Amino acid sequence: MSPAEHSVRYPEVWRRFTPRQTLVRYVWYVAVVFVAAWSLRSLDLPWVYFLDAHVQAWDLMVRLVPPDWEVLDEVVDALIETMHIATLGTAVTVIIAFPIAFLAARNTTFNVVTWSIARFILVASRSVNTVVWALLFVAIFGPGPVAGIWAIAFRSIGFMGKLTAEAIEEIDQGAVEAIEATGASRLQVLMFGILPQVLPVIYGTTVYRWDINIRESTVLGFVGAGGIGILLYSTMNLFRWEQVSVLLIAIFAVVLISEFISAAVRQRIT
Amino acid sequence: MLTITDLAKVYPTGTSALKGVSLTVDEPKVIAIIGPSGAGKSTLIRCINRLVEPTSGKVMLDDTDVVSLNRRELRKVRRRMGMIFQEYNLVERLTVMENLLSGRLGYVGFWRAYRRNFPPDDVRAAFELLDRVGLTGYQNTRADALSGGQRQRVGIARALMQKPDLLLVDEPTASLDPKTSRQIMRIIVELAHEFKTPALVNIHDVGLAQSFSDRVIGLAEGEIVFDGDADGLTADVLTRIYGEEDWSTTIRKVEDDDDSGPEPPPDPQATKKEKGFVREASAG
Amino acid sequence: MTPPADTKSAAAGEWHTIKLIENPALRFGLMALVAVYLVWAFASLDIDWGRAARGLPRAGDMFARMVPPDFSRWELLIKGVVESVQMALAASFFGMIVAIPLGVCAAVNLVPRPIYLVARFLIVLSRTFHEIIWAIFFVKILGFGALAGVLTLTVASVSFISKMLAEDIENVPPGQLEAVRATGAGFAKFMVYCISPQALPRYLGVSIYRLDANIRHSTVVGIVGAGGIGQVLSASFKRYDYDFSLAILLTIIALVFLGEIFSNWVRSRLR
Repeated sequence: MSPAEHSVRYPEVWRRFTPRQTLVRYVWYVAVVFVAAWSLRSLDLPWVYFLDAHVQAWDLMVRLVPPDWEVLDEVVDALIETMHIATLGTAVTVIIAFPIAFLAARNTTFNVVTWSIARFILVASRSVNTVVWALLFVAIFGPGPVAGIWAIAFRSIGFMGKLTAEAIEEIDQGAVEAIEATGASRLQVLMFGILPQVLPVIYGTTVYRWDINIRESTVLGFVGAGGIGILLYSTMNLFRWEQVSVLLIAIFAVVLISEFISAAVRQRIT
Repeated sequence: MLTITDLAKVYPTGTSALKGVSLTVDEPKVIAIIGPSGAGKSTLIRCINRLVEPTSGKVMLDDTDVVSLNRRELRKVRRRMGMIFQEYNLVERLTVMENLLSGRLGYVGFWRAYRRNFPPDDVRAAFELLDRVGLTGYQNTRADALSGGQRQRVGIARALMQKPDLLLVDEPTASLDPKTSRQIMRIIVELAHEFKTPALVNIHDVGLAQSFSDRVIGLAEGEIVFDGDADGLTADVLTRIYGEEDWSTTIRKVEDDDDSGPEPPPDPQATKKEKGFVREASAG
Repeated sequence: MTPPADTKSAAAGEWHTIKLIENPALRFGLMALVAVYLVWAFASLDIDWGRAARGLPRAGDMFARMVPPDFSRWELLIKGVVESVQMALAASFFGMIVAIPLGVCAAVNLVPRPIYLVARFLIVLSRTFHEIIWAIFFVKILGFGALAGVLTLTVASVSFISKMLAEDIENVPPGQLEAVRATGAGFAKFMVYCISPQALPRYLGVSIYRLDANIRHSTVVGIVGAGGIGQVLSASFKRYDYDFSLAILLTIIALVFLGEIFSNWVRSRLR
C-alpha cells in the first residue's frame, strides 16, 4: 500500500461534530449567557448588598442560636394545626377530584362538553399556586385554617385529578367491556370494572400529595391561612430569631417525617 | 517488566482475597490466570493498576513501585497499563472513536480532550486499530449500538491506544458466546505478540487458556498453586486449582472451529512501536 | 400489591373480595382511626364558623367585583411579568452552574463519604423548606425586591437540579468509571469522557424543566416582597382591586401555560 493510500485509509483528522454542529452548539452557549446577562442587567439588582451579605448572614446565624425551647408548646400546637390543614385539605381534594377525574378521562366522560369543562378545571387548579389560592380564600372566609384547607384542596384537585384521569385512561378496556356485556348499569361498570383498577393509583397519589401538602401548608400562614406559618411570620417580624430556629427545626423534622411516611406507604401499596 | 512480591488484599468485609502472591513477568508473553471464582483473579489484576488498593506487598513495573505512588504518579503509571474488561465498560453514549481516543486521555491536555481535538498520530493510530480489530467504518457508531463481540473489540482497541507496556485483561470472554470468545482471544493474543506487550489474562475457561496462552498461572484461594507451560496443566494440577473433578475431557486443545489458526508471530521489523501501529500483513 | 390471599383452604360456599389490607381488625381499626381523626381535627381547629358561613355571599360579591378583569394598568402588569420571567431566567442560570459541583459532590460513587454527606445534607436542607420561607429569609437579609426573589429561586433550582444530577451520576455503571480511570485520565478529563456523556442529556432536560418551575414559582415569591408579578398581585389584593387581581391571575395562568409549552418543546428537541 502506497503512503497516499495509507493516509486515505487512516486519516489523521477526525471530528466528532461537523463545523455546523459545533457552531450551533456555541451559538446556544452564547445565547444562554446572553439571556442570563440581559435578565440580570434589567433586574437592576443591588449587588452592593452582597458586599456585606456574609456579615448579615453570619449575624443571623449567630442570632438563631441558642434555640429558645420555651416556645416549643406553642410550636407543637401550630404544627398540629398545619398537619390538620394538610390532611383535611387532602381529604377534601379526594372527594372533589374523584368525580372530576372521571369526567376528565376520555373513556368515562359523558361528552365533549363535560370533558372540556373538567380539563379546564384541572388546568386552572394547577396553574394557580397554593399561596395565591390562599390569598383568595382568606379574602372569602377570613383568616384561619378554613381558608388554608380550601387553598390546599383547590391546588391539589388539579394534581390528583390529572394523575387519576391518566390512570383511568390507561385501564384495561377489556375488563370494562366484559362487565358491560353482562348488562350492568353505568354505575355498576364503574364499581366493578374501573374502580378496582384505579384504586391503587388513587391511594398512591393521595399519600404523595399529602406529603407535598404538608410542605405547602407550612407557609400558608404568611398570607393568614393558618398553620405554623403565622407563628413563623410573626416571630420573624419581631426579630425573635432564637424562636425562629425552633420553628425551622420543627418544620424540618415534620417535612422529613412526612416524606418518609409517604415513601414507605407508596412502596407498600404499589 | 513486572514483578509482584507478597501481594495481599483483605477487603473491609474481612475476606482475604490475596494471600501473598508473588510472580514475575519478564518476557512479552500472554499469561493466563486461571482459577475458580473467588480465587482472587480479578483482585490480582486490579491490584496491579490499583483500581483495588492492595493491603500489602509490592508491584514493581520496571523501576516504579506502583503501590507507593501518589494519585498523580499513579495516573502516569496507569497510562502504561491497558485494561480490558469482562463487561467491555465502554462509555455507552460516546461514539466508537471517542471511546478509542479516551485511551489517550492520559497524554493530551484537558482542552484538547474536551474539543475532541486529538493529535494526528493518535487519530491515525485509532483508525489503524479499528481496522485491525475488524471494525473498519464503525468510528461514528455509538457504543450502545454495538453487539457484545463488537464492544469487546472496541475495548481491546481502547486499551492498545494507550501503547501500553502491559495489558491487564479481566475475563474478556465471560459475557460472549464460544465462537466470539475464540475470535476475541485470538485478537488479543495476536496484538499482544505483535506489539510485544505482555498480557495478564484472567480466564475461567481452561480450554481457552490452554489454546491461547504461553504461560498459565493457577490461583486458588488467593495463592498461586501453579505457574508454568500450558502443557503442564495435568489432571493433577487442575485438581489442585479447582478441586476434585473428572478432567479427562478438559485436557486437550480445543480444535480451531473458526476462520484461521493463530498466525505466526509477525516480522519484528514491522511491529516496532515507534512505527505506530503499522503492520504490513494486515494493512495490505 | 398485597400478597396473594391465603390459599390454605376456604370453607365451601365462602368467598370474599381481595382487600388492600387483608387483616379485618387492622382494616376496620384504620377506618375507625380515620373517623376519630376527622372529628378531632375539626374540633381542635380554631374555626370561626360564623365567619366561614358569611364567606359564600362574600365570595359572590368578590367575584362580582372581579369581572370584568381590568387590564387598564397593563404597563404595571407587563413590568411585573417581565420581572418574574427575568428572575426565573437568572435563577435557572445560576442554578444550573452551582448545581454541577454540588451534584457531583452528592454522587456517592465519585467523592469521599464526608463530602457526600455534607452535600446531601445541603440538598435536603434547601429542599425541605418551602420557597416562601427562603424568600422571607432573603427579604430579611437583603431587603425587598428582585434580588431576594432571584436568590430564593436559585436555592430551589440548585437543590432540585443537583439532586437529579447526583442520581444520574450514581446511575452510571461502575465499570465505565473503572475503565476511564484505568486509562490514567485525571479528574477533569474523567468528568468529560465518562460522567458528562452519560449525565448531560438528562441534566439539560431537568434544567429546562426547572426553568418552567421557576416561572411558576416566580409568580408567588413576590407575595412576601421578593419582587415580580406576585408583589403586584399581593398589593392589588390588599387594596381590594379585585378586577385588577383577576387580570393578574389570568396573566399568570397564561404565562405558566406558555412556560410549560416552551419547556415541553425544548425537552422534546433534546432527544
